[in-house]
Amino acid sequence: MDKETLIAQLKEIVKPYAKDQEAWQQINENTDFVKDLKINSANLVDVILDVEEQFNIVIDNEAMEHMLNVKSAIEIIEAKLGGQ
Amino acid sequence: MTIQSILDKLPYSDPFRFVDGLDAIDSNKVTGHFTFREDLDFYKGHFKGYPITPGVILTEVAAQIGLVCLGIYLTAEEEQDGQMTFGLTSTEMEFMRPVMPGEKVSVAAEKVYFRFGKLKCRVTMSNHTGEEVCSGVIAGMIIRKSHE
Repeated sequence: MDKETLIAQLKEIVKPYAKDQEAWQQINENTDFVKDLKINSANLVDVILDVEEQFNIVIDNEAMEHMLNVKSAIEIIEAKLGGQ
Repeated sequence: MTIQSILDKLPYSDPFRFVDGLDAIDSNKVTGHFTFREDLDFYKGHFKGYPITPGVILTEVAAQIGLVCLGIYLTAEEEQDGQMTFGLTSTEMEFMRPVMPGEKVSVAAEKVYFRFGKLKCRVTMSNHTGEEVCSGVIAGMIIRKSHE
């Protein structure tokens, strides 16, 4: 799966939780879930659970703490998918 | 963890404690009850001359029983010194029937998930005849109070 496809899938996942629609429209590798999209910590949990479901992976506490932006989310998803 | 020890750990007191007792609890679900005394303060104003229990108070009852009691049970092992409580993060409730002063309600809650410190529950409240009063989904996150 290439990076553009992953970003497109993440964009759909975060859509219901993103408070800043303009930042959501322009989502890219450098987008921060909290600072840019204004997703709160409770909804960030739902983003991560949706990522688990979409990619059929399990994200542990340590990985969760790093999943604060698109770039690290992609790295974590790719690592989990590669390890299967 | 016993029901009494959960009730003792509830971070509420009068006039904002809306749990009289729990009937059963395990790691997936909880049932509890509360009776609305006729002299509760909010009945004086909701509504003028026509007291009905406010929906936000029904939501609070559901949250205290369904979210906080279950949360206390689920975090019993890691909780050390009572420095933990739940912050409400979302409610999505539907209201079917009014609850009048003096009525007893029962709340049944079922865990949807408890992950990364967030507890999400499906809650259903019914009156003494077993009719559904309100239901919905409530979520909260663990808050660790800083030591003073």
